[in-house]
Amino acid sequence: MCLAIPMEVVEIKDGGGGLVPSPVAVVEARGIRQEVRLDIVDRFPAPGDYVIVHAGFAIHSLEAHEAEENLNLLRTMAEDIVDDQL
Amino acid sequence: MINFDDFRDGDLSKGLSRLLKKEAGTAPLRFMEVCGTHTMSIARHGLRELFPDNITMVSGPGCPVCVTSQGEIDTFIAMARLPGVVTATFGDLVRVPGTDSSLNSARAEGAQVKVVYSPMDALRLAQERPGDMVVFLAIGFETTIPGVAATVKEAERQGLNNLLFFVMHKTMPQALNALVTDPELQIQGFLCPGHVSTITGMKAYEPLVDNFGIPCVIAGFEPADILKGLLLLARQVNQGIATVENAYPRAVLPEGNQKAREMIHEVFEPTDATWRGLGIIKESGLRLREKYSRFDAVKRLGIALRDTPEPEGCLCGDILKGKAFPRECPLFAKKCTPMHPVGPCMVSTEGTCAAHYRYGG
Repeated sequence: MCLAIPMEVVEIKDGGGGLVPSPVAVVEARGIRQEVRLDIVDRFPAPGDYVIVHAGFAIHSLEAHEAEENLNLLRTMAEDIVDDQL
Repeated sequence: MINFDDFRDGDLSKGLSRLLKKEAGTAPLRFMEVCGTHTMSIARHGLRELFPDNITMVSGPGCPVCVTSQGEIDTFIAMARLPGVVTATFGDLVRVPGTDSSLNSARAEGAQVKVVYSPMDALRLAQERPGDMVVFLAIGFETTIPGVAATVKEAERQGLNNLLFFVMHKTMPQALNALVTDPELQIQGFLCPGHVSTITGMKAYEPLVDNFGIPCVIAGFEPADILKGLLLLARQVNQGIATVENAYPRAVLPEGNQKAREMIHEVFEPTDATWRGLGIIKESGLRLREKYSRFDAVKRLGIALRDTPEPEGCLCGDILKGKAFPRECPLFAKKCTPMHPVGPCMVSTEGTCAAHYRYGG
């Protein structure tokens, strides 16, 4: 139930005065495009950023480099241990 | 451009698994993965193979469907049967067995039940069907609650009169506090739920560390994230320390998501809640504030909250507390299967019993 997936922000749309006044982001992952609401996101994203999407809402935004740093840290840990054992 | 699949990379997992084995040492370690999404990910990716033999993982109360009380289930099934009511629900609840029936069987008998992906879908349903009363079944933890709160505010802004919420939300830190005071629960660390923590931040776990000396590590849901989380837990235990660490920095800021917490606070207030298996936990649930009480399904429909016992023989309660494994339940894989579930731990795809049934364990 707490599944939430990272999706890339393609476009930010103003919700306008209509039925959906909150700004929404058009997001994409694995070829799937959808709109998500930005009412509760902590940092307002820009196109090219990523948002973590849960039940139609962005709950967090991140820039690509933040995910890369996270990944590099894991890779360094994994590689260090391999080196240790050589 | 980042490829998030890299967090599943096999070589990365193997490397981290080796490091985990080194950190874990040889003494038995028993950790609880609190979140149902962790349970599912461990099972689906076969991660147990990558854990050292001395680590035992027990599942916690982090599957919202599973901890929903029997009384709440019976109440929403009764609501669904009322004329003019359209029930909007996340798919997981449709097959959950109540005492006498389920939403699925109510639907077969004429009740209108719609599966939605977002609470906003329930709002759209209400806009489209002004003649019906749409009841959204609001379950979920901190990850889900802010979006529901935002939907309540949106319904208020639009002056919608035919959208109600049956609020069964529960909050995780209070449940974990209740769990650690149980003397029968022998665990040495919590693998804390990643997306709940996106909202709560690291602070939510400080009481567990300060008052009970239990290591808490926030972890994401990809194999590398889970391995890293366990590795930090093992390291803390073996160094004799207890602190809150964040192994999921790409999704969790130390301070969490304050905007989302403000949204929750604006719409909801804490109330005592009944958790399956855990009983009543003080201030571990939410109810709509007075200002939004016109959206309260229980009040508006004038329906009595049920208080029904859990199904006989079902060990779901003990399983949610990490006291029993599914294979120890006399009903498991016999009377209780995903096709014919007795308890909610078998219904939800994230339930411990469903994960063990499907992937072994």
